[in-house]
Amino acid sequence: MIHRRRRTPRSSTLPLHAIAWVVGAFVLIPVVYALIGGFKTTSELSGNPFGLPRTWETDNYTDVLGSGTFWLQLWNSTFIAVVTTVLTVGVSALAGFVFARFAFRGRELFFTMFTAGLMFPFAVAILPIFVLLRTFGLLDNPLGVILTQAAFGLPLTIIILRGFFRSIPGEVEEAAIIDGCGPFGFFWRILLPMARPAIATVSVLAIVGSWNNFMLPLVVFSEESSWTLPLGIQQFQGQYASDTARILAYLVLAMVPALGFYAIAERHLVGGLTAGATKG
Amino acid sequence: MTTLTRGPEAVRLPAPSPATRPRGRWVTIALFLLPALVLFVLLVVAPILVAFYASAFKWNGFGGLPTDFIGLDNFTRLFGTEIFGQDLWHLAVLVLLSVVIQLPFSLAIAMLLNQRIRGRALYRVVFFAPYVLSEVITGVLFSLILSPQSGMANQILSVFGLDSEWLANPDTVMPSLFLVMTWKYFGFHMMIYLAGRQNIPNELVEAAQIDGATSWKTFRHITLPLLGPTIRISVFLSVIYTIQLFDLVWILTQGGPSHSSETMAVTMMDWGFKRSQVGYASAISVVMFLLSLVFALVYQRFVMRRDLEGATTSMGERR
Repeated sequence: MIHRRRRTPRSSTLPLHAIAWVVGAFVLIPVVYALIGGFKTTSELSGNPFGLPRTWETDNYTDVLGSGTFWLQLWNSTFIAVVTTVLTVGVSALAGFVFARFAFRGRELFFTMFTAGLMFPFAVAILPIFVLLRTFGLLDNPLGVILTQAAFGLPLTIIILRGFFRSIPGEVEEAAIIDGCGPFGFFWRILLPMARPAIATVSVLAIVGSWNNFMLPLVVFSEESSWTLPLGIQQFQGQYASDTARILAYLVLAMVPALGFYAIAERHLVGGLTAGATKG
Repeated sequence: MTTLTRGPEAVRLPAPSPATRPRGRWVTIALFLLPALVLFVLLVVAPILVAFYASAFKWNGFGGLPTDFIGLDNFTRLFGTEIFGQDLWHLAVLVLLSVVIQLPFSLAIAMLLNQRIRGRALYRVVFFAPYVLSEVITGVLFSLILSPQSGMANQILSVFGLDSEWLANPDTVMPSLFLVMTWKYFGFHMMIYLAGRQNIPNELVEAAQIDGATSWKTFRHITLPLLGPTIRISVFLSVIYTIQLFDLVWILTQGGPSHSSETMAVTMMDWGFKRSQVGYASAISVVMFLLSLVFALVYQRFVMRRDLEGATTSMGERR
């Protein structure tokens, strides 16, 4: 007991706080640099990288917000993320339901096939997918990105949803059947509402995955009007290569939706990622 | 299959509910499984098979399926290039740096935030935040910060009379890339470790402390062994991710200067899309696939085997 007492006084957590502060600085300094840098002119930025701006220039931010391209890219990213998520979760829920509540020959084989998909690097399939999408005329079409993202999102989503569906007791299903529910009625009216927390988790994962995707939109979209934010940022950097402050402003504005979403959905995101990781 | 629902037998069968009626049951299974199956086979399985097929041809990606069969020539050509050897070397370097530096660092931070210190919830949220930002945002941000002429990093270092060429020099590009990867990913591994740590019953740790074990001994002999399954999974994820590393490298360096930070995925995109040698690029993607597959099988067979058996803790049963 005496030993434990000696380790608990407040002064002993000071080194821990010091380490946490150093790590926090490592994480935050780049972001804060971008935020404040966006309020400077590029010429001031090179002479005064850390201090507050002499005058708070809002031009960099207002120029980006005033241009239609930023908003168009924001819309494209949002649209693709939402449709991808609805499709991934809807299709996975149907399949997860069958894998969780039906016993049939070949079930484990099919399920193993889906779980094996977790290990396939997406990059392996990108060339054939490009050729396939071109054949079907889906290049420069949001559907090309949406369908592909949904297909690659299936394994993790099915695994998580199946696990949750399995945890719902059989008595609930029996009661529903006695009350006249068919399989779809049970799925739609009982199972899905009960699975709301799991649905929220997989939806958050699908949204973040789609939002941050770069490789697929990079090869599918050549026309500027279909670009998502990651493509827009990359192009903006090329276009204003010497105007660092303006790029910083663009970056900060592009961070806002992601960080805002993180603030709202932090619990689901972290829970889903760690669950997904330990189940992989 | 769908026509069965309208078939007359389906109606005549006397069974009470569709779920227990054999034929109706199969219809339900098929209908529910079909959308996922179609999507998955068409856009995941088939493309990977096509990649395998195309890797045996000289093909520019046009005109239906390839016809100019050249056997394993794409592979012998690939294995003979210097760039491919460099790709493998960069993979090895990044995996090694991750396992030796990034993951222990994440583990240490996770253990720190497992202590009862004030504000730990806030620390967790902040440390994880970079993981939420896209690779593109991270990449562009750091390409500005690490710019040799006017970047923030050199402006800090110049105070101490130091500077570096960071991403612009073949000797420093890999450590710089690793620095950016650590910034973005250590919070993710930290969260996995924290989740794993919370599954260890506190009684075990407390019992050791009452028996007079120091904090280090408690960590070394109680926490670390019980975190084994979690650590093995985070190593697994880290390696699988590094094999297909693309976005960050593409944004930061495009594989340069002079291929000194190139990865297999960058080489593949370069040949497939810039030079339209789709057959040759497919061979690279097949190598990536086989590398991931062999690693996954060997790792699960020899390293994670004990976890799957779940002998000493309840951790194994959860999977």
